[in-house]
Amino acid sequence: MDTQALFLSLKLALSVCAILMVVGTPVAYWLSVSRWRWKFLVESVVAMPLVLPPTVLGFYVLVALGPRSPLGRAYAALFGHGLAFTFAGLVFASVLYSLPFAVQPMAQAFESVDRKLVNASAVLGASRVRTFFRIILPLARNGVIVAAVLSFAHTLGEFGVVLMVGGDIPGATRTVSIAIYDNVQALNYAAANTTALALLVVSFLALAVVFAVNRQAWRRPWSVASSR
Amino acid sequence: MAAAVECCFVPVKGRRAKPVSNTSQNSGEVRGLAARVQKQFGSGKDPFQLSVEFTAPPGIHILFGPSGAGKTTLLECLAGLSRPDGGCIAVGERVLFDSAREIDLPVARRSIAYVFQTLALFPHLTVEGNVQYGLAHLPAQQKQSRARAVLESFRVEQLLHRKPDEISGGERQRVALARSLVTDPCLLLLDEPLAALDPATKSTIIADLREWNAAHNIPILYVTHSREEVFALGERVIALDRGRILAQGTPQEVLAAPRHEMLAQAAGFENLFDATITALHEAHGTMTCRIAGGVELEVPLARVAAGSAVRLAIRAGDILVATEPPRGLSARNVIPGKLLALERRGVTVVATVDCGPRFEVHLTPSAVHALDLHAGRDLWLVIKTYSCHLVWS
Repeated sequence: MDTQALFLSLKLALSVCAILMVVGTPVAYWLSVSRWRWKFLVESVVAMPLVLPPTVLGFYVLVALGPRSPLGRAYAALFGHGLAFTFAGLVFASVLYSLPFAVQPMAQAFESVDRKLVNASAVLGASRVRTFFRIILPLARNGVIVAAVLSFAHTLGEFGVVLMVGGDIPGATRTVSIAIYDNVQALNYAAANTTALALLVVSFLALAVVFAVNRQAWRRPWSVASSR
Repeated sequence: MAAAVECCFVPVKGRRAKPVSNTSQNSGEVRGLAARVQKQFGSGKDPFQLSVEFTAPPGIHILFGPSGAGKTTLLECLAGLSRPDGGCIAVGERVLFDSAREIDLPVARRSIAYVFQTLALFPHLTVEGNVQYGLAHLPAQQKQSRARAVLESFRVEQLLHRKPDEISGGERQRVALARSLVTDPCLLLLDEPLAALDPATKSTIIADLREWNAAHNIPILYVTHSREEVFALGERVIALDRGRILAQGTPQEVLAAPRHEMLAQAAGFENLFDATITALHEAHGTMTCRIAGGVELEVPLARVAAGSAVRLAIRAGDILVATEPPRGLSARNVIPGKLLALERRGVTVVATVDCGPRFEVHLTPSAVHALDLHAGRDLWLVIKTYSCHLVWS
């Protein structure tokens, strides 16, 4: 089994998950409260990675990271090397690719928090920020867990975007799914099998957590689905 | 108070808004609510328009009306959860909203207490956490002591560490009141908070609320559609229907002699008839009016012309039943009829009597027993002139 690739994948998935929790939360909150008439456009952009072929997304990210784009030049000026075919570039692409998996469950969970509780918080003198951290976030906890697990698992299993943006550099951009592909190409089925099995188990566990949270296996009376 | 009224009802030009203080500590000074609120919902054929103007000195005021009257909308406008199209809202000298001067204090800075119909206790916080929520600006020590004091005055101090779903309905109401009042608000808004409680629990909570307000002396607006609550609580009633104030005054003034059909129904006038005034008897202080089926009734004299159409309202409990033609009575209206049905509802027996039009009559079970009433029996209904109320729809 290619443990180097496995650890790289885990590192990537954890980084992306952490970044998405920070970046995705305000986006999800905005989507859940905004009454802007063009909101649907933002929603569409956020959901786009769900329907785009990973190669399309990967292609544009590659272009955006390249030396001809302002982003690529700025990064190169700062760090002395380009973003393409690096771990950082991979993180950037994966954040975009997994964005809907973080934003959508959170937006839904934030939205399902009873408006009356939000109003009650405001009437009691709380600012929006305090209301968010003290009321909305704890009550939307399940949605946040689902978002974290899904963005982690989705990043773990990605292939097309990684191949386009990262290439296949061992220790830097060769993730588990790429390693499996390589093994199969080299007719090394045994190695492919152990790595694939590891990914299968991790994915299954991740989804089991999501469904358990949704079914409220550890039932809390104030959880998302039962809140009035 | 004077400044607030002035701001609301007289356009004041060239005057700056007073700096608004964030605290609402009552210093024994009387702070009344003065509100003029206009708000329109929807468009098209039948938009809903809320348009009210009233003042409410400290004390309990009942905001009474059927659902859809605009009660909750009015509360939301006062609290700042909903923005009026125009008007002015002030408590004492604090202006919370004034469309003319473009003042619109955000919800969080109005220091108004609002107890929602659903109470909206935070389900993930303990009773103590809920009550301390509005005291974020205070040091921990003070938070704790103030929360405990208010919980004590509402007799729920023993629930400190429980979650809202672990306590009873009545206790939840008390916690919700405590949570709102611990912040020392300048106005308390209650949106049918006690509707689901049994009368005994309700009345002890109200007694505690009154006691609390004896010390704090703020205006309290209490929304209800229950007639019993109007009589039980109100020092003053504001009757609202379809976005307008129909009447205000003491419960007796507003409900005992309703001038509006909505109030008549709400006040428990089970018998409402279309009627025509056929004759005026100024010397006798009465009028004759005819209702469907040709039945004529003597009603108190009012300023209407003969021939005009009115609605006649009679409480089912104000009608006497006789099994023989009664004589020697002061009551002017004796109407023969036939008993159609008896139905027991709790401790009341509801009798339906066919006199041409049908009357609903409320009797006690003992009266039914003593008179040996049963369906098909001939009866005479006896109705005092002053039990007949004319209402306008």
